[in-house]
This record gives sequence, structure tokens and C-alpha cells, in this order.
Amino acid sequence: MPTRWVSLCFLVLLAAASSARAQLSIEITGATAQRTPIAIAPFAGEAALAPSISAIVRADLERSGLFRGLELPPLNPIPTEASNVNYAEWRSRLADALVLGSVASRADGRYEVRFRLFDVVKQEDLRGVAYTLTKDQVRATAHRIADYVYEKLTGERGVFSTRIAYVVKRGNRYELQIADADGAGAETALASFEPIISPAWSPDGRRLAYVSFENKKPVVYVHSLLDGKRQVAANFKGSNSAPAWSPDGRTLAVSLSREGGSQIFTINPDGSRLRRLTSSSAIDTEPRYSPDGKWLYFTSDRGGSPQIYRMPSGGGEPQRVTFEGSYNVSPRISPDGRMLSYIARNEGKFQVALLDLQNRQVQIITDSDRDESPSFAPNGRMILLATVLGGRGVLSAVSADGRFKQRLSAATGGDVREPAWGPFIE
Amino acid sequence: MGAKLKATLTAILAAGVLAACTTTPEEQAPAGVEGRKPGATPPSAVQSKPIPKVDVTGKPAGSPFAQLKDPNSILSKRSIYFDFDKFEVKDEYRPLVEAHAKFLRENPSAKMLIQGNADERGSREYNVGLGQRRSDSVKKMLSLLGVKENQIEAVSLGEEKPQCTDHGENCWAKNRRDDMLYNGEY
Repeated sequence: MPTRWVSLCFLVLLAAASSARAQLSIEITGATAQRTPIAIAPFAGEAALAPSISAIVRADLERSGLFRGLELPPLNPIPTEASNVNYAEWRSRLADALVLGSVASRADGRYEVRFRLFDVVKQEDLRGVAYTLTKDQVRATAHRIADYVYEKLTGERGVFSTRIAYVVKRGNRYELQIADADGAGAETALASFEPIISPAWSPDGRRLAYVSFENKKPVVYVHSLLDGKRQVAANFKGSNSAPAWSPDGRTLAVSLSREGGSQIFTINPDGSRLRRLTSSSAIDTEPRYSPDGKWLYFTSDRGGSPQIYRMPSGGGEPQRVTFEGSYNVSPRISPDGRMLSYIARNEGKFQVALLDLQNRQVQIITDSDRDESPSFAPNGRMILLATVLGGRGVLSAVSADGRFKQRLSAATGGDVREPAWGPFIE
Repeated sequence: MGAKLKATLTAILAAGVLAACTTTPEEQAPAGVEGRKPGATPPSAVQSKPIPKVDVTGKPAGSPFAQLKDPNSILSKRSIYFDFDKFEVKDEYRPLVEAHAKFLRENPSAKMLIQGNADERGSREYNVGLGQRRSDSVKKMLSLLGVKENQIEAVSLGEEKPQCTDHGENCWAKNRRDDMLYNGEY
């Protein structure tokens, strides 16, 4: 069949296409009321590396909404992690915390970065780490340093070393991209002339499940980011959509129409062991596991309007979870299992809602009106989402308390959508 | 993966695929057609008699499949539109679905893919569900009209392939639709 052969050739060419580096640009709007002032001195000798490590550490910490980097006068000589710290002097500059560091080149052509963190208020040395790195590991190293500082000062893990996945649409071209959490260093994992939706990270961060329409219908793939190999997880008659990983990475929950309607099934990532979980005449879709693996939250219109339900992850009687409003979709559970984020329609606006699963209180945390696909940061502090601004698809991140927002758009134009925040990487 | 390795793999893959693609039968020159040298004088515009047309692009002429592309045949019409939040086939589309059912019954080798679509509002995945409900509804009607299960597949494209990309009811109405495609067309 000639047409099929041609389109097959075409697709393989597409999949092999460009790995050019792209970039998302970031704009921060709003801020938390109390931001910890922190002084991050330039690292002595860091000019040997680009970009500047101290600048990335500062930008990371400021993006969390919890820190404010202080402007510093030229320091001569630049103090390093080995210097004696004059706490009174840094206190007079209004710093609550201080980061000092240095970069040295090694005989083997690599570099060594050392840093030390100080609590200026308590006059306490909070220690630091030394890293050996090559020139192309500057960003990754700076993100590690920011994670260390964040964890020491807030008591919770930082997410600066994590990655995000999202889809960029430019004209009729779709690209599934992976970038650092700050939008830098974007790489294309898949390019296609047909839509790609619903990327979902495996718990170990090595694979993405997603839905691709390259066969003129939705098919669920599992794509290894290490070697670019992909595997069909679900390609049954009808539509195959909405993949979600179980916390142990062994099972995918999906929505399939193979037996009519859209119903929730589980299947192994290699396509084996198919099991049907729901039996309704409704649309049952968007399954998500709770972090403890015990529950599956999902969207269903079995009650007449789309609402969020949950059932035991092995199947069982569903219970309704959302009650306010006539359109509540796209459930995502916070990493600690306490909050449910979803998209609620209010007076024609689609916004991110946050439901406290203990006290049942609902809060709308965005002020945009076409929000989609919320995604928790692995530490639960921020929620990444897709929205539309000025007719253009952009990503937005909002703190879980709704106070702090930032926007990521494609620097090279196009619509950005379908974000998924990846897990912590060991 | 190292950038170099990736680039090499990409190149090898692309070269292999290109080589394979150039042997596609479609690209062979049809027999009996004169290959004109570049720069040769074009033939006179005045023709004494019409040139017989040889068409090897589709099914042989006279095949029942020709009707599917004939603008005068109802079978060339392939879209069914739905009202907001509605999934049943409206009466005005019954003759169209019946004509396709008759064609599928009479041509057991014909296969149909029904692609359901939804407008852009709301969740992409829930919209896949809404599009599926629309394609399932045409599939069910075809089944009731005697078409065999193995001839039809109902799928959804959700909101991903809009016919109209503006925002507003006029446009959304065009996107709440089913498209019927026959084998060879998808």
C-alpha cells in the first residue's frame, strides 16, 4: 500500500529530526511577602566557566519565591569558602545567609567547584560540598548548589536539578521537549507533524509515557530518554490515551475505547497484562495514582457533568471527590498526598483549583482563564500549568499558596503546552 | 546520550530511510510517458485530438471506490457535525450515514476510520473522551445498519485537529464533528 509506506518513511525521518537546543524564557510576576535576603558572592575564579555559577544559584533561589538575592558592591579580594567570615559586615549588608565559593582548574582539564553556606543571623557555618565537573556540567552543578542551599535553609528538598517535559507547537510541527526546571537547556525528544499530548514521567525519571497521533489516532508510547528508543504500550482498536505511572513504575493506568466509550484500564509498560478497572457508560479518563499507590483519581462524567472521582487502584467502587461547580477535570495529587490540584470551570474560566483532602476546602490559585494540565513540583511547593496569554500558549508556575507566579514561554515563538514536572533525580 | 553519537545515529537513520523511500513504486515514471529533455521545445499548444489519460494514482476506473471521490456522489461527503454537548447523529445526516453503510455492506474489503473531534474548551484528555463519544455514535449507527464490526474503527482526535482555529461558537461548531475516512485515506 503505497500511501502507508510513504507516511512510514516520513515518520521515521521526523523522529530522527533535530536535536537543536531551544530555550524557554522566564518572567516572574508577584512575590511572597517574606523573602529571605541572601548574599551570593561571585565564586573566585568562576570567569573560567560560562555561564556564571553564582548567577545561576541566585536565579534558582529567587525563582523559588522564597529568597531575594542581595546586590553586592565589588568585592576585592573575593572571599571564598576558605575565608574567615566577618559576620558583622555581612549582617550590615542585611544578609540573613551567605554563599561563598571558588572554582579551580585541575590538571586533567576538569574543574573543581567548592562552596560554603553561612547562616549570618546565627553566625553558623552550614558547610558545603566540592564538585568536580567538565565545562558542560556548569548548569547542573549550579543547580546542585542551589538545591543544597535551599534544603539547608528551608528544611525541604530543592527542585532546581529536576527537569520538565512539555510540548511545543510551531505551525504544524509538534516537539516533545525536556528542559531543566528553569527552562534552560531544552532538548527535543520527539518531533512530529501530528499532535503529542499527555507526557507523564516514570517515577525514576528515565522514561516518558505520552500519547502520539502519528497513526491518525491516539496511541500510548513509552519513550526511553537514555537511548531514544520507544515502545508501544497501548495501541488497541479505538483510542488509547491518558497514561499515568504507578509509583513503583511497573504499571500504567490508561483510558481506552477498545470496548466502547472511554474506560480506565491498567497495563504493563510493555503492553502486557491488560486489566479493565471501570465499567460505566460514561467517559472515564485522566487516571492518576496517589503517591502511596493505593488510589486512582480520575475524571468521569457518570454523574452528568465531568467531576473527579477516586477508586482503589486495583479497581472498586468509585467515590466522588469534587462537588462544587459543573466542570472539574485533570486531577493531580500533591507529593505528600494531602492536596488535590485540578482544573475547575468558573463562569467560563478554566482555572487551577487546590482542594485540601483533609478539611475539604477549595481554593482557586490562578487568575488566568484557560488553564490546563497542572503538575506539582516534586517537593509540592509549586504547580506548573499550561495557559494562554495574548493568544499564545505559555507555561506558568504558581506557588501552592497562589502568591507567587512565573511564566515560561518559548523564546523562538510557538505555543508551549502539556507540561509535566519530572521527579527528583538521585 | 552523547551529542556526537546522537548526530551519527540520526544521520545513519535518515540515510537508510531516504534510501528505502526512493524505491517506492509511486516514484517510478509511468510506462509509455515520454521523458522530455530539459530545454527541449515544448509541444504545440494546438492538439488535433485529446490525449488519452492514463491514471495509475488510485483504484482502476469503474471500481466502486471511485464513487468515494466523486463530488456528485453523496459518498464524497465525509463530515458529520454535532451540537454543543450533543453526541447523537442529527436527522439531516441520516441519509449520509445510510449511504456509507450501504457502500460498506456492498464492499466488504472497504474499511472505515471514524475520527471524532471536540472543540477546544477544557481538558485535552476529556475532549478525547467527547470525540470518542461522537465517533462511537456513528459506528453504532453503521452497525445497526448491518456493517460488519471488522470494517469500522471509531477513534478520537479530541481537540487536536480543529477544522477551524478561531475562538468562538461559529468556529467551535465546525470542530464538533466526525470525519469518515476509507482505507488508503489515512
